[in-house]
Amino acid sequence: MEFGLSEDQVMLQETVRRFVAEEVSLDLVRQIAEGEIQVAETLAANLAALGLDGLLVPEKDGGSGLGVLDAALVQECFGYGIVPARFLSNSVAAYALRDSGSSILNDIANNDARFGIALNDFLSRRDGSGLSIRDEAVSGASLMAMDVARSTHLLFLANDTVRIGRAGSAEQVKTIDRTREFSKVTITSFEQQITGAEVEKTFAVACILLAADTLGAAQCMLDKAVAYAGDRQQFGRVIGSFQAVKHLCAEMAAKLEPARALIWHAAHALDVEDDEALAMAFLAKAHMAEVGTFIAKTSTEVHGGMGFTDLVGLHYWYKRIGVNRQIMGSPMALRELAAQQQGLVA
Amino acid sequence: MDLTLSPEYAAFRDQVAETLKANAHLAPGPDDKGLKHPKRLAWQEFLIREGLTARTIPTEYGGYGAEPDILKSRIIAEEFARSGVPRPLAGQGISMLVPTLLELGTPEQKEAYIERTLKGELIWCQGYSEPGAGSDLAALRTRAVEDGDDFVINGQKIWTSTARQADMMFCLVRTDPDAKKHHGITYILFPMDTPGIEVRPLVDMTGSANFNEVFFTDVRVPKSGVVFEVNKGWQVANATLTHERGMLGDPNATKARFIELVELMKVETVNGQRLIDNPVLRDRLMTLQAEVYAMQANGLRITTNRLKGEAAGLAGLVVKLQGCELNHQIAALAIDALGELGILYEEGEHLRSGGAWQWRYMYDLGLIIGGGTAQIQKNIIAERGLGMPREPRLARS
Repeated sequence: MEFGLSEDQVMLQETVRRFVAEEVSLDLVRQIAEGEIQVAETLAANLAALGLDGLLVPEKDGGSGLGVLDAALVQECFGYGIVPARFLSNSVAAYALRDSGSSILNDIANNDARFGIALNDFLSRRDGSGLSIRDEAVSGASLMAMDVARSTHLLFLANDTVRIGRAGSAEQVKTIDRTREFSKVTITSFEQQITGAEVEKTFAVACILLAADTLGAAQCMLDKAVAYAGDRQQFGRVIGSFQAVKHLCAEMAAKLEPARALIWHAAHALDVEDDEALAMAFLAKAHMAEVGTFIAKTSTEVHGGMGFTDLVGLHYWYKRIGVNRQIMGSPMALRELAAQQQGLVA
Repeated sequence: MDLTLSPEYAAFRDQVAETLKANAHLAPGPDDKGLKHPKRLAWQEFLIREGLTARTIPTEYGGYGAEPDILKSRIIAEEFARSGVPRPLAGQGISMLVPTLLELGTPEQKEAYIERTLKGELIWCQGYSEPGAGSDLAALRTRAVEDGDDFVINGQKIWTSTARQADMMFCLVRTDPDAKKHHGITYILFPMDTPGIEVRPLVDMTGSANFNEVFFTDVRVPKSGVVFEVNKGWQVANATLTHERGMLGDPNATKARFIELVELMKVETVNGQRLIDNPVLRDRLMTLQAEVYAMQANGLRITTNRLKGEAAGLAGLVVKLQGCELNHQIAALAIDALGELGILYEEGEHLRSGGAWQWRYMYDLGLIIGGGTAQIQKNIIAERGLGMPREPRLARS
C-alpha cells in the first residue's frame, strides 16, 4: 500500500514546473491572450520539444506509456502557470486511441498530429449543438471545442461513440479566458469508430485533466494570496497577521489539500480500472470546480483592490478556473452523472 | 501509487476479518450497559490477547507486544468498521494517558496503571479545560500548592467526560503562578474519590450530560502522582494533544455515516417519492460523496506519510477541521431529507434511525468546537502549514 507519487513522478513534475517557471511568464501569457500568434507558436514549439504530448501513447506506438495520474501531474503544472498548451487535448485523444494501434498515436508522440477536442456535447447541448453521423456524413456543429486552431485532428462525439475527424469550419468564440482557444466547429471528414474507445472513460480522462488544471491554478492563487498577505501592510502590520485574512488562507488550504488527494486517487483509479473510477472522476471534476471557485474568489479578495486590476493579472487564473468549471460538465451535471453511474438514479 | 496490499498484509487482513467474524458472539450487545460490564471487560481482554487492540504496548504492561506497524493498525481499524463488531475500549485513559505514561511515566506509575487501564478496570477522566481556559488552555488557573509530600488543589475543570464513572483523573494544575504561563503547569494523577472533589453533570444541547464540571476544594493528593517533572506539565500534555486531534475526523467513520445516509435516502419516501429520487437532495448527496472521497484519499496519503516516517504537513493539519465539518454536513442533509420527521427526538412511532441523525446533528457541532475549535484549527493551518505570521500579542495592561 502506497498512496503517493513515485520518484519518477516527482521528477516529472519538477521538470515541467521548472519549464513553466522559466519559460512561461505572465507577460508571455498576456501576449498570447492578446492574440500574438507568433508568441503562441514559439511556445507551442518549445512545449513540443519537452516531449510530453506522447505521455499517454503506449510505448509500442512510440510514446512514454505512462498513466492518467502522470498526465494529471503535468496538467497541474500547466494550470499553475496558466499555460496555453495542447497537452490536455492530445492526452485525451491518446487515451481514447490507446488500444487502437493507429499510426496516429505515433504522430501524437512526434507532434505530427495535434488534436482539438469536441466533447462538450456529451453532457450539454445548447443552441442546437451536437454532431451526428448519417449516411457517412457528419452533420451539426459542436460548440466550445478546445484547441481547434492549428490542429490536425479533432476528437469528437457522435452517435454515442468517440470519433476522429478533421474540422471543417472553425469559428473561434470569445470566452472570458483568452489563454486558451474555443471554437464552434463542423466536421468535414472522419475516420471510423475507434476500436475500444469508451465514451465515458474518455470523458472521465478529460474531467481528471481539467480538474488537475484547476488544482494547479488554485494552488497558484493560494500561494499568491499567502505571499501578498505576508507583504502588504495596513494598520502598521502585515495583513496576513490578521485572523480575518489568515483564516481565509487556511480555508483555501483546508479545501485544496484533500482535493489534491482526490485527484490523485481518481486518476489512479482510472489507471487500474477500479470499479469506482468513473464516479470518482466525475466527482473529482465537480468537487475541484467548487473548491477552485471558492479559491479564485477568496484569493482575489485577499489581494484587495489589486486583485481586481489587470495590473496584477490575477484574473487570468480566476477566468481559467471559471472556464474549467463550466466546460465539459458543470458540477451539477457531473454529480448527476456520478449518481447515474452508481445506480442512484431511477 | 499502489493501493493493493502485499500478500503478507492481505493475509493479515483476512485473518483479522476471520477472527472478528468467528468471535462476534463474544462481543457486548447494546443492552450490556456500563463501562465495566463483565462482557465488555471480557471482550477487551479477548481483543488484547488476539492483538487487535493495545497491539504495540509491551506485554509486561498488559499489551500484546507487537512491533509498531502503521499499516496493520489501519487494517485492524478498517476491519472493525467493515464488520460492525464492537470496537475495543477507547476512553481517554487508553488513548491519551497510556501513551503518556509509556513515554514519561515512572516505573511505579507504569506498573500501577497501564495494565489495569488497558483492561478497562480503571476508568480515567481528563482534567484540562477550565471556564477561563478553553482554546487558550495554558491560561489554566486550578492551583496546586506544595505541602510536605502532597499538593493541595483548588479550582475548577469543565468539559470533563466520564468524570462520574472515572476512578482516576489526569489533570493539569498551576504549580508556579509566577512563571510564564506555559512553564508553571504540572501534569498530575489522582483518584476521583479523594475528599474535596465534587462532580456536577453538564447537560448539553443533546439533552444528555456528555460532559461534567469538576470542582476542587482543598483536595490533598500525593506528589507521587506527578508525571515527568513539576512545572513541565505543558510538554507532557502536548505529547498527546496532537493524538486527540487526529482521532477527531477519522475518514473511515465518516464514510460509514455517508453509507448510512445513502441507505436512508433510498428507503425513505415523501409524497410517495424516494428521497434519493429528489434531484435537489441527490445533488447534495453527491456533493458530500465527493468530499468523503477526498477525505478518504487524504487519509490514505497521511497513512503513507507515516509509513515512510515523513511529516504529513498540510494533509494532516486539515483533518480535524474538514472531517468534523463534513460529519456535521452529512447529519444536516439527513435531517433536511427527513423533513418534518427530522425534528422528532428520543422516541416515538415516526422517529427514524432511533433519532441518531438528530443526535449527531447536535453532538457533531460539539466536535467542531471541542478538541481545538475550528478557528484554532485555522490558526494552526495558516501558521504551521502556510507559514503565516502569528497574531501580534497585545501589550499587557
